[in-house]
Amino acid sequence: MTMKPDVSIAGDKATTGLHGRSYSGEAALAIEGISHCYGPRQALGDVSFTVAPASFTALLGLNGAGKSTLFSLVTRLFGVQAGRVSIFGHDIGQEPGEALRLLGVVFQPRTLDLDLSVTQNLLYHAALHGIDRRGARLRAGEVLARIGLADRPGSKVRDLSGGQMRRLEIARALLHRPRLLLLDEATVGLDVKARADILGHVRGLVIEQGIGVLWATHLFDEIVPSDDLVILHQGRILAKGEVVRVVAEAKARDLHSAFMHLTGTTPETGGAAP
Amino acid sequence: MNSAIVKERPAGFSFAQYLTCLNGIVWREGLRFVHQRERFVSALVRPLVWLFIFAAGFRQVLGISIIPPYETYILYEVYITPGLLAMIQLFNGMQSSLSMVYDREMGNMRTLLVSPMPRWYLLFCKLLAGTAVSVLQVYAFLLIAWFWDIEPPPIGYLTVLPALVLSGLMLGSLGMLISSGIRQLENFAGVMNFVIFPMFFASSALYPLWRVQEGSPMLYYICQINPFTHAVELIRFALYGKMNWVSLAVVCGCTAIFMIGAVLAYDPSRGLSRRGPAGGET
Repeated sequence: MTMKPDVSIAGDKATTGLHGRSYSGEAALAIEGISHCYGPRQALGDVSFTVAPASFTALLGLNGAGKSTLFSLVTRLFGVQAGRVSIFGHDIGQEPGEALRLLGVVFQPRTLDLDLSVTQNLLYHAALHGIDRRGARLRAGEVLARIGLADRPGSKVRDLSGGQMRRLEIARALLHRPRLLLLDEATVGLDVKARADILGHVRGLVIEQGIGVLWATHLFDEIVPSDDLVILHQGRILAKGEVVRVVAEAKARDLHSAFMHLTGTTPETGGAAP
Repeated sequence: MNSAIVKERPAGFSFAQYLTCLNGIVWREGLRFVHQRERFVSALVRPLVWLFIFAAGFRQVLGISIIPPYETYILYEVYITPGLLAMIQLFNGMQSSLSMVYDREMGNMRTLLVSPMPRWYLLFCKLLAGTAVSVLQVYAFLLIAWFWDIEPPPIGYLTVLPALVLSGLMLGSLGMLISSGIRQLENFAGVMNFVIFPMFFASSALYPLWRVQEGSPMLYYICQINPFTHAVELIRFALYGKMNWVSLAVVCGCTAIFMIGAVLAYDPSRGLSRRGPAGGET
Protein backbone atom coordinates (compact mmCIF):
# COMPACT_ATOMS: atom_id res chain seq x y z
CA MET A 1 0.00 0.00 0.00
CA THR A 2 1.34 3.39 -0.95
CA MET A 3 -0.17 6.38 0.73
CA LYS A 4 -0.67 9.63 -1.10
CA PRO A 5 1.79 12.18 0.14
CA ASP A 6 0.24 14.83 2.39
CA VAL A 7 2.42 17.48 0.87
CA SER A 8 3.08 20.53 2.94
CA ILE A 9 4.69 23.61 1.52
CA ALA A 10 7.56 24.97 3.55
CA GLY A 11 7.00 28.59 4.20
CA ASP A 12 3.25 28.41 4.53
CA LYS A 13 1.97 29.95 7.70
CA ALA A 14 -0.27 26.99 8.41
CA THR A 15 1.43 23.74 7.51
CA THR A 16 0.11 20.22 7.73
CA GLY A 17 2.46 17.66 9.25
CA LEU A 18 2.62 13.94 8.69
CA HIS A 19 -0.07 13.30 11.24
CA GLY A 20 -2.49 15.75 9.70
CA ARG A 21 -2.26 18.18 12.60
CA SER A 22 -1.52 21.78 11.65
CA TYR A 23 1.31 23.80 13.09
CA SER A 24 2.17 27.40 12.65
CA GLY A 25 5.34 28.54 10.90
CA GLU A 26 7.60 26.67 8.53
CA ALA A 27 8.32 22.99 8.47
CA ALA A 28 11.51 22.13 10.31
CA LEU A 29 12.40 19.92 7.36
CA ALA A 30 10.62 19.77 4.04
CA ILE A 31 11.64 17.14 1.50
CA GLU A 32 9.86 17.50 -1.81
CA GLY A 33 10.17 15.06 -4.69
CA ILE A 34 13.71 13.96 -3.95
CA SER A 35 15.30 11.39 -6.25
CA HIS A 36 18.91 10.29 -6.23
CA CYS A 37 20.95 7.91 -8.36
CA TYR A 38 24.41 6.41 -8.05
CA GLY A 39 25.17 5.94 -11.70
CA PRO A 40 22.43 3.74 -13.12
CA ARG A 41 21.22 2.62 -9.67
CA GLN A 42 18.39 4.63 -8.18
CA ALA A 43 18.77 5.01 -4.41
CA LEU A 44 15.80 7.32 -3.82
CA GLY A 45 12.71 7.91 -5.95
CA ASP A 46 10.32 10.82 -5.53
CA VAL A 47 10.59 11.04 -1.75
CA SER A 48 8.46 13.72 -0.08
CA PHE A 49 7.64 14.35 3.56
CA THR A 50 7.95 17.01 6.23
CA VAL A 51 9.11 17.12 9.81
CA ALA A 52 7.25 19.56 12.03
CA PRO A 53 8.99 21.67 14.66
CA ALA A 54 8.80 20.10 18.12
CA SER A 55 7.96 16.69 16.72
CA PHE A 56 9.62 13.29 16.69
CA THR A 57 9.55 11.66 13.27
CA ALA A 58 10.85 8.14 12.84
CA LEU A 59 12.30 7.20 9.47
CA LEU A 60 11.90 3.44 9.39
CA GLY A 61 13.57 1.28 6.80
CA LEU A 62 15.64 -1.83 6.36
CA ASN A 63 19.34 -1.70 5.62
CA GLY A 64 19.73 -0.36 2.10
CA ALA A 65 16.41 1.49 2.13
CA GLY A 66 18.11 4.80 1.35
CA LYS A 67 18.09 6.40 4.80
CA SER A 68 21.75 7.37 4.79
CA THR A 69 21.51 8.69 1.24
CA LEU A 70 18.61 10.85 2.35
CA PHE A 71 20.65 12.11 5.31
CA SER A 72 23.57 12.90 3.01
CA LEU A 73 21.27 14.99 0.85
CA VAL A 74 19.75 16.85 3.79
CA THR A 75 23.20 17.62 5.21
CA ARG A 76 24.51 18.65 1.77
CA LEU A 77 27.20 15.99 1.71
CA PHE A 78 25.60 15.06 -1.60
CA GLY A 79 24.09 17.49 -4.06
CA VAL A 80 20.37 17.31 -4.73
CA GLN A 81 19.85 15.81 -8.18
CA ALA A 82 16.07 16.20 -8.31
CA GLY A 83 13.59 17.74 -5.90
CA ARG A 84 14.07 20.17 -3.06
CA VAL A 85 15.25 20.03 0.55
CA SER A 86 14.62 22.95 2.87
CA ILE A 87 15.20 23.51 6.56
CA PHE A 88 12.87 26.08 8.10
CA GLY A 89 12.29 27.42 4.63
CA HIS A 90 15.96 27.67 3.67
CA ASP A 91 16.73 25.67 0.55
CA ILE A 92 19.81 23.51 1.18
CA GLY A 93 21.11 24.18 -2.33
CA GLN A 94 20.38 27.91 -2.46
CA GLU A 95 21.07 28.90 1.15
CA PRO A 96 23.28 26.14 2.56
CA GLY A 97 24.75 28.29 5.32
CA GLU A 98 21.40 29.38 6.67
CA ALA A 99 20.00 25.87 6.41
CA LEU A 100 22.98 24.09 8.01
CA ARG A 101 23.25 26.44 10.96
CA LEU A 102 19.75 25.36 12.00
CA LEU A 103 20.65 21.70 11.70
CA GLY A 104 22.31 19.32 14.14
CA VAL A 105 23.26 15.89 12.92
CA VAL A 106 24.44 12.57 14.31
CA PHE A 107 25.70 10.31 11.55
CA GLN A 108 25.60 6.54 11.54
CA PRO A 109 29.39 6.10 11.70
CA ARG A 110 31.26 7.75 14.57
CA THR A 111 32.55 11.16 13.54
CA LEU A 112 34.43 12.10 16.69
CA ASP A 113 38.16 12.71 16.79
CA LEU A 114 39.36 9.90 19.04
CA ASP A 115 42.68 11.56 19.88
CA LEU A 116 41.05 14.72 21.19
CA SER A 117 39.31 15.15 24.53
CA VAL A 118 35.57 15.50 25.01
CA THR A 119 35.82 19.27 25.36
CA GLN A 120 38.27 19.62 22.47
CA ASN A 121 35.83 17.85 20.16
CA LEU A 122 33.10 20.26 21.22
CA LEU A 123 35.31 23.32 20.84
CA TYR A 124 36.29 22.23 17.34
CA HIS A 125 32.67 21.84 16.36
CA ALA A 126 31.85 25.24 17.88
CA ALA A 127 34.63 26.86 15.85
CA LEU A 128 33.19 25.37 12.67
CA HIS A 129 30.01 27.25 13.51
CA GLY A 130 31.85 30.49 14.24
CA ILE A 131 31.20 30.34 18.00
CA ASP A 132 34.02 32.04 19.90
CA ARG A 133 36.07 30.13 22.44
CA ARG A 134 34.49 31.67 25.52
CA GLY A 135 30.95 31.11 24.35
CA ALA A 136 31.88 27.63 23.21
CA ARG A 137 33.20 26.67 26.65
CA LEU A 138 30.00 27.86 28.27
CA ARG A 139 27.86 25.94 25.82
CA ALA A 140 30.07 22.86 26.12
CA GLY A 141 29.53 22.85 29.86
CA GLU A 142 25.78 23.16 29.37
CA VAL A 143 25.41 20.37 26.83
CA LEU A 144 27.73 18.04 28.71
CA ALA A 145 25.70 18.53 31.88
CA ARG A 146 22.48 17.91 29.98
CA ILE A 147 23.79 14.76 28.37
CA GLY A 148 25.34 13.38 31.54
CA LEU A 149 28.99 13.76 30.65
CA ALA A 150 29.80 16.71 32.87
CA ASP A 151 32.33 14.62 34.79
CA ARG A 152 34.32 13.67 31.64
CA PRO A 153 35.29 16.95 29.92
CA GLY A 154 38.99 16.13 29.83
CA SER A 155 38.69 12.47 28.92
CA LYS A 156 40.07 11.27 25.62
CA VAL A 157 37.22 10.23 23.39
CA ARG A 158 38.80 6.84 22.75
CA ASP A 159 38.45 6.11 26.48
CA LEU A 160 34.66 6.55 26.39
CA SER A 161 32.17 3.72 26.01
CA GLY A 162 30.07 3.37 22.87
CA GLY A 163 27.04 4.88 24.61
CA GLN A 164 29.07 7.79 25.95
CA MET A 165 30.45 8.48 22.49
CA ARG A 166 26.96 8.60 21.08
CA ARG A 167 25.85 10.93 23.84
CA LEU A 168 28.84 13.13 23.11
CA GLU A 169 27.88 13.21 19.45
CA ILE A 170 24.39 14.32 20.42
CA ALA A 171 25.87 16.96 22.73
CA ARG A 172 28.03 18.15 19.87
CA ALA A 173 25.05 18.27 17.52
CA LEU A 174 23.22 20.46 20.06
CA LEU A 175 26.12 22.80 20.75
CA HIS A 176 25.16 25.41 18.17
CA ARG A 177 21.51 25.27 19.32
CA PRO A 178 19.93 23.80 16.22
CA ARG A 179 16.18 23.67 15.66
CA LEU A 180 16.25 20.43 13.74
CA LEU A 181 18.14 17.31 14.77
CA LEU A 182 18.87 14.37 12.46
CA LEU A 183 20.01 11.07 13.92
CA ASP A 184 20.97 8.24 11.60
CA GLU A 185 20.79 4.85 13.35
CA ALA A 186 22.13 6.55 16.46
CA THR A 187 21.67 3.52 18.72
CA VAL A 188 23.26 0.87 16.53
CA GLY A 189 25.70 -1.27 18.46
CA LEU A 190 24.60 -0.03 21.88
CA ASP A 191 23.22 -2.09 24.74
CA VAL A 192 19.57 -1.86 25.78
CA LYS A 193 20.16 0.65 28.58
CA ALA A 194 22.31 2.97 26.49
CA ARG A 195 19.72 2.84 23.71
CA ALA A 196 16.92 3.72 26.09
CA ASP A 197 18.93 6.55 27.64
CA ILE A 198 19.71 8.13 24.29
CA LEU A 199 16.22 7.73 22.96
CA GLY A 200 14.75 9.18 26.15
CA HIS A 201 17.09 12.12 25.98
CA VAL A 202 16.23 12.90 22.37
CA ARG A 203 12.52 12.68 23.09
CA GLY A 204 13.11 15.07 25.97
CA LEU A 205 14.67 17.57 23.58
CA VAL A 206 11.49 17.58 21.52
CA ILE A 207 9.34 18.37 24.53
CA GLU A 208 11.65 20.72 26.43
CA GLN A 209 13.31 22.61 23.61
CA GLY A 210 10.88 22.27 20.74
CA ILE A 211 13.46 20.70 18.48
CA GLY A 212 12.22 18.83 15.44
CA VAL A 213 13.79 15.36 15.30
CA LEU A 214 14.19 12.98 12.38
CA TRP A 215 15.24 9.62 13.79
CA ALA A 216 16.34 7.04 11.24
CA THR A 217 16.12 3.48 12.50
CA HIS A 218 15.35 -0.08 11.57
CA LEU A 219 14.29 -0.98 15.11
CA PHE A 220 10.54 -1.05 15.80
CA ASP A 221 10.87 -0.81 19.56
CA GLU A 222 12.29 2.71 19.24
CA ILE A 223 8.98 3.98 17.85
CA VAL A 224 5.90 4.77 19.92
CA PRO A 225 2.30 5.05 18.64
CA SER A 226 2.17 8.84 18.88
CA ASP A 227 5.29 9.34 16.74
CA ASP A 228 5.20 10.52 13.19
CA LEU A 229 6.46 7.82 10.89
CA VAL A 230 7.92 7.55 7.43
CA ILE A 231 8.47 4.06 6.03
CA LEU A 232 11.20 4.02 3.41
CA HIS A 233 11.75 0.90 1.39
CA GLN A 234 14.04 0.46 -1.62
CA GLY A 235 14.28 4.21 -1.99
CA ARG A 236 10.54 4.89 -1.97
CA ILE A 237 8.10 5.98 0.71
CA LEU A 238 5.53 3.29 1.37
CA ALA A 239 3.64 5.03 4.13
CA LYS A 240 3.76 8.10 6.29
CA GLY A 241 1.70 9.61 9.05
CA GLU A 242 1.13 8.98 12.73
CA VAL A 243 2.07 5.43 13.67
CA VAL A 244 -1.46 4.46 14.74
CA ARG A 245 -2.81 5.71 11.43
CA VAL A 246 -0.22 3.81 9.39
CA VAL A 247 -1.01 0.64 11.33
CA ALA A 248 -4.75 1.15 10.93
CA GLU A 249 -4.53 1.83 7.21
CA ALA A 250 -2.39 -1.25 6.73
CA LYS A 251 -5.09 -3.20 8.61
CA ALA A 252 -2.37 -4.64 10.81
CA ARG A 253 -2.35 -5.34 14.53
CA ASP A 254 0.96 -3.56 15.23
CA LEU A 255 3.73 -1.64 13.53
CA HIS A 256 5.82 -4.73 12.95
CA SER A 257 3.01 -6.43 11.07
CA ALA A 258 2.20 -3.26 9.18
CA PHE A 259 5.80 -2.91 8.10
CA MET A 260 6.02 -6.52 6.96
CA HIS A 261 2.76 -6.15 5.10
CA LEU A 262 3.80 -2.90 3.38
CA THR A 263 7.26 -4.02 2.41
CA GLY A 264 6.30 -7.56 1.55
CA THR A 265 9.04 -8.89 3.79
CA THR A 266 8.94 -11.63 6.37
CA PRO A 267 10.64 -11.56 9.75
CA GLU A 268 13.31 -13.82 8.25
CA THR A 269 14.02 -11.60 5.25
CA GLY A 270 13.19 -8.33 6.88
CA GLY A 271 16.15 -8.16 9.16
CA ALA A 272 14.55 -5.61 11.47
CA ALA A 273 14.37 -6.37 15.14
CA PRO A 274 10.86 -6.90 16.44
CA MET B 1 11.46 26.75 22.96
CA ASN B 2 8.99 26.83 20.14
CA SER B 3 10.06 27.62 16.61
CA ALA B 4 7.50 30.40 16.47
CA ILE B 5 9.20 32.30 19.26
CA VAL B 6 12.78 31.63 18.24
CA LYS B 7 14.38 34.83 17.06
CA GLU B 8 15.65 34.70 13.50
CA ARG B 9 19.41 34.52 13.48
CA PRO B 10 21.23 37.07 11.35
CA ALA B 11 22.11 35.79 7.91
CA GLY B 12 25.72 35.12 7.03
CA PHE B 13 28.76 35.22 9.25
CA SER B 14 30.82 38.07 10.63
CA PHE B 15 34.55 38.47 10.00
CA ALA B 16 35.18 37.42 13.61
CA GLN B 17 33.24 34.20 13.06
CA TYR B 18 35.29 33.39 9.96
CA LEU B 19 38.41 33.99 12.00
CA THR B 20 37.10 31.77 14.80
CA CYS B 21 36.55 29.02 12.28
CA LEU B 22 40.08 29.40 10.90
CA ASN B 23 41.54 29.37 14.41
CA GLY B 24 39.57 26.24 15.26
CA ILE B 25 40.75 24.31 12.22
CA VAL B 26 44.39 25.35 12.67
CA TRP B 27 44.17 24.52 16.39
CA ARG B 28 42.75 21.09 15.68
CA GLU B 29 45.42 20.37 13.04
CA GLY B 30 48.06 21.49 15.53
CA LEU B 31 46.66 19.19 18.23
CA ARG B 32 46.67 16.26 15.84
CA PHE B 33 50.25 17.06 14.92
CA VAL B 34 51.26 17.15 18.57
CA HIS B 35 49.53 13.82 19.14
CA GLN B 36 51.35 12.27 16.21
CA ARG B 37 54.95 12.85 17.27
CA GLU B 38 56.17 10.06 15.05
CA ARG B 39 54.82 12.02 12.09
CA PHE B 40 56.97 14.97 13.08
CA VAL B 41 60.04 12.81 13.57
CA SER B 42 59.61 10.97 10.27
CA ALA B 43 59.04 14.25 8.47
CA LEU B 44 62.45 15.36 9.71
CA VAL B 45 64.33 12.09 9.39
CA ARG B 46 63.55 11.72 5.68
CA PRO B 47 65.26 14.93 4.51
CA LEU B 48 68.02 14.55 7.09
CA VAL B 49 68.92 11.17 5.64
CA TRP B 50 69.15 12.80 2.23
CA LEU B 51 71.27 15.59 3.64
CA PHE B 52 73.61 13.54 5.81
CA ILE B 53 74.02 10.47 3.63
CA PHE B 54 72.94 11.08 0.06
CA ALA B 55 74.46 14.54 -0.26
CA ALA B 56 77.68 13.49 1.42
CA GLY B 57 78.00 10.56 -0.92
CA PHE B 58 77.35 12.58 -4.05
CA ARG B 59 79.40 15.60 -3.06
CA GLN B 60 82.36 14.52 -5.13
CA VAL B 61 80.32 13.24 -8.04
CA LEU B 62 78.10 16.21 -8.69
CA GLY B 63 79.97 19.47 -9.10
CA ILE B 64 77.86 22.61 -8.88
CA SER B 65 78.92 25.60 -10.95
CA ILE B 66 78.02 29.12 -9.96
CA ILE B 67 74.34 29.52 -10.75
CA PRO B 68 71.80 32.00 -9.42
CA PRO B 69 71.01 32.70 -6.67
CA TYR B 70 74.45 31.53 -5.49
CA GLU B 71 77.35 33.93 -5.94
CA THR B 72 80.11 31.45 -5.36
CA TYR B 73 80.81 27.75 -5.60
CA ILE B 74 78.72 25.80 -3.13
CA LEU B 75 78.73 22.36 -1.62
CA TYR B 76 76.21 19.86 -2.88
CA GLU B 77 74.57 19.83 0.55
CA VAL B 78 73.88 23.53 0.20
CA TYR B 79 72.43 23.01 -3.26
CA ILE B 80 69.93 20.32 -2.28
CA THR B 81 68.75 22.00 0.92
CA PRO B 82 65.97 24.04 -0.79
CA GLY B 83 64.89 20.85 -2.56
CA LEU B 84 64.71 19.07 0.77
CA LEU B 85 62.66 21.92 2.24
CA ALA B 86 60.22 21.54 -0.64
CA MET B 87 60.32 17.79 -0.15
CA ILE B 88 59.16 18.23 3.45
CA GLN B 89 56.25 20.26 2.15
CA LEU B 90 55.50 17.79 -0.61
CA PHE B 91 55.29 14.91 1.83
CA ASN B 92 53.32 17.01 4.28
CA GLY B 93 50.85 17.97 1.56
CA MET B 94 50.38 14.34 0.65
CA GLN B 95 50.19 13.37 4.33
CA SER B 96 47.41 15.91 4.78
CA SER B 97 45.53 14.49 1.84
CA LEU B 98 46.05 11.02 3.26
CA SER B 99 44.48 12.19 6.51
CA MET B 100 41.58 13.63 4.54
CA VAL B 101 40.98 10.27 2.89
CA TYR B 102 41.23 8.64 6.33
CA ASP B 103 38.87 11.21 7.84
CA ARG B 104 36.41 10.63 5.04
CA GLU B 105 36.53 6.88 5.52
CA MET B 106 36.21 7.20 9.29
CA GLY B 107 33.49 9.83 9.05
CA ASN B 108 35.41 12.73 10.68
CA MET B 109 35.38 14.66 7.43
CA ARG B 110 31.63 15.07 7.73
CA THR B 111 32.06 17.20 10.81
CA LEU B 112 33.91 19.67 8.64
CA LEU B 113 31.69 19.45 5.58
CA VAL B 114 28.37 19.96 7.39
CA SER B 115 29.56 23.23 8.87
CA PRO B 116 27.44 26.15 7.70
CA MET B 117 30.56 28.04 6.65
CA PRO B 118 31.18 28.14 2.87
CA ARG B 119 32.82 24.95 1.77
CA TRP B 120 35.59 26.70 -0.16
CA TYR B 121 36.46 28.56 3.03
CA LEU B 122 36.55 25.36 5.10
CA LEU B 123 38.89 23.72 2.60
CA PHE B 124 41.05 26.82 2.49
CA CYS B 125 41.30 26.83 6.29
CA LYS B 126 42.28 23.17 6.25
CA LEU B 127 44.89 23.98 3.63
CA LEU B 128 46.29 26.84 5.69
CA ALA B 129 46.44 24.62 8.76
CA GLY B 130 48.40 21.96 6.86
CA THR B 131 50.73 24.62 5.48
CA ALA B 132 51.37 26.01 8.96
CA VAL B 133 52.40 22.56 10.12
CA SER B 134 54.72 22.08 7.15
CA VAL B 135 56.38 25.46 7.74
CA LEU B 136 57.10 24.45 11.34
CA GLN B 137 58.70 21.25 10.07
CA VAL B 138 60.83 23.19 7.60
CA TYR B 139 62.17 25.54 10.26
CA ALA B 140 62.97 22.59 12.51
CA PHE B 141 64.92 21.07 9.62
CA LEU B 142 66.74 24.36 8.94
CA LEU B 143 67.75 24.51 12.58
CA ILE B 144 69.32 21.05 12.42
CA ALA B 145 70.87 21.80 9.03
CA TRP B 146 72.56 24.88 10.49
CA PHE B 147 74.70 22.57 12.60
CA TRP B 148 75.65 20.82 9.36
CA ASP B 149 77.06 24.06 7.98
CA ILE B 150 74.02 24.89 5.89
CA GLU B 151 74.02 28.58 6.68
CA PRO B 152 71.99 30.81 4.42
CA PRO B 153 72.19 34.54 5.19
CA PRO B 154 70.25 35.41 8.36
CA ILE B 155 67.75 37.48 6.39
CA GLY B 156 67.06 34.37 4.32
CA TYR B 157 65.28 32.73 7.26
CA LEU B 158 62.77 35.55 7.08
CA THR B 159 62.49 36.00 3.32
CA VAL B 160 61.94 32.29 2.80
CA LEU B 161 58.77 32.35 4.90
CA PRO B 162 56.40 33.73 2.21
CA ALA B 163 57.91 31.29 -0.30
CA LEU B 164 57.29 28.42 2.10
CA VAL B 165 53.70 29.51 2.64
CA LEU B 166 53.09 29.72 -1.11
CA SER B 167 54.73 26.40 -1.94
CA GLY B 168 52.96 24.81 1.04
CA LEU B 169 49.64 26.04 -0.27
CA MET B 170 50.39 24.75 -3.76
CA LEU B 171 51.45 21.29 -2.63
CA GLY B 172 48.67 21.11 -0.04
CA SER B 173 46.00 22.02 -2.57
CA LEU B 174 47.44 19.44 -4.95
CA GLY B 175 47.13 16.85 -2.19
CA MET B 176 43.60 18.00 -1.48
CA LEU B 177 42.69 17.66 -5.14
CA ILE B 178 44.17 14.17 -5.24
CA SER B 179 42.38 13.16 -2.04
CA SER B 180 39.03 14.07 -3.57
CA GLY B 181 39.55 11.43 -6.23
CA ILE B 182 40.67 8.63 -3.93
CA ARG B 183 37.88 6.45 -2.65
CA GLN B 184 39.81 4.17 -0.34
CA LEU B 185 42.82 4.53 1.86
CA GLU B 186 44.48 1.56 0.17
CA ASN B 187 44.57 3.43 -3.12
CA PHE B 188 46.78 6.06 -1.62
CA ALA B 189 49.90 3.95 -2.15
CA GLY B 190 49.54 4.74 -5.83
CA VAL B 191 49.96 8.42 -5.04
CA MET B 192 53.43 7.66 -3.75
CA ASN B 193 54.42 5.99 -6.98
CA PHE B 194 52.66 8.24 -9.44
CA VAL B 195 52.84 11.66 -7.82
CA ILE B 196 55.46 12.09 -5.09
CA PHE B 197 58.42 10.27 -6.60
CA PRO B 198 58.02 11.56 -10.18
CA MET B 199 57.49 15.11 -8.91
CA PHE B 200 60.54 14.97 -6.68
CA PHE B 201 62.98 13.31 -9.04
CA ALA B 202 61.89 15.17 -12.19
CA SER B 203 62.71 18.51 -10.65
CA SER B 204 65.64 20.72 -9.75
CA ALA B 205 65.62 19.46 -6.17
CA LEU B 206 68.60 17.13 -6.53
CA TYR B 207 70.45 18.45 -9.57
CA PRO B 208 70.57 21.73 -11.46
CA LEU B 209 68.54 21.78 -14.64
CA TRP B 210 71.53 22.57 -16.87
CA ARG B 211 72.95 19.24 -15.80
CA VAL B 212 69.69 17.52 -16.59
CA GLN B 213 69.63 19.16 -20.00
CA GLU B 214 73.08 17.76 -20.76
CA GLY B 215 71.90 14.28 -19.90
CA SER B 216 68.37 14.26 -21.31
CA PRO B 217 66.71 17.20 -23.09
CA MET B 218 63.35 15.46 -22.75
CA LEU B 219 63.68 15.18 -18.98
CA TYR B 220 64.78 18.79 -18.90
CA TYR B 221 61.49 19.90 -20.45
CA ILE B 222 59.54 17.69 -18.07
CA CYS B 223 61.39 19.28 -15.16
CA GLN B 224 60.59 22.73 -16.55
CA ILE B 225 56.84 22.10 -16.54
CA ASN B 226 56.88 20.35 -13.17
CA PRO B 227 55.32 22.75 -10.61
CA PHE B 228 57.51 21.21 -7.93
CA THR B 229 60.61 22.52 -9.74
CA HIS B 230 59.24 26.03 -9.39
CA ALA B 231 58.41 25.51 -5.72
CA VAL B 232 62.04 24.46 -5.19
CA GLU B 233 63.41 27.42 -7.13
CA LEU B 234 61.10 29.87 -5.36
CA ILE B 235 62.37 28.59 -2.02
CA ARG B 236 65.99 28.52 -3.22
CA PHE B 237 65.94 32.15 -4.30
CA ALA B 238 63.96 33.33 -1.28
CA LEU B 239 66.39 31.60 1.06
CA TYR B 240 69.06 33.93 -0.30
CA GLY B 241 66.88 37.02 -0.22
CA LYS B 242 66.14 36.98 -3.95
CA MET B 243 63.09 36.51 -6.10
CA ASN B 244 62.50 34.14 -9.00
CA TRP B 245 59.54 35.78 -10.72
CA VAL B 246 58.81 32.93 -13.11
CA SER B 247 58.65 30.45 -10.26
CA LEU B 248 56.48 32.82 -8.26
CA ALA B 249 54.02 33.10 -11.14
CA VAL B 250 53.94 29.34 -11.71
CA VAL B 251 53.46 28.54 -8.02
CA CYS B 252 50.69 31.13 -7.64
CA GLY B 253 48.96 29.93 -10.80
CA CYS B 254 49.20 26.26 -9.87
CA THR B 255 47.92 27.00 -6.35
CA ALA B 256 44.87 28.71 -7.79
CA ILE B 257 44.21 25.89 -10.27
CA PHE B 258 44.66 23.09 -7.73
CA MET B 259 42.55 24.92 -5.14
CA ILE B 260 39.71 25.56 -7.55
CA GLY B 261 39.89 21.92 -8.61
CA ALA B 262 39.71 20.76 -4.99
CA VAL B 263 36.76 23.04 -4.19
CA LEU B 264 34.91 21.79 -7.25
CA ALA B 265 35.73 18.20 -6.38
CA TYR B 266 34.39 18.63 -2.85
CA ASP B 267 31.31 20.47 -4.13
CA PRO B 268 28.41 18.15 -3.34
CA SER B 269 26.72 18.82 -6.64
CA ARG B 270 29.80 17.85 -8.61
CA GLY B 271 32.05 15.52 -6.69
CA LEU B 272 31.02 13.59 -3.62
CA SER B 273 27.47 12.75 -4.64
CA ARG B 274 28.58 10.47 -7.41
CA ARG B 275 29.83 8.05 -4.79
CA GLY B 276 27.63 5.94 -2.60
CA PRO B 277 27.43 6.20 1.18
CA ALA B 278 30.40 4.97 3.17
CA GLY B 279 30.64 1.26 3.78
CA GLY B 280 28.10 -0.08 6.20
CA GLU B 281 25.71 2.79 5.78
CA THR B 282 22.35 2.38 4.25
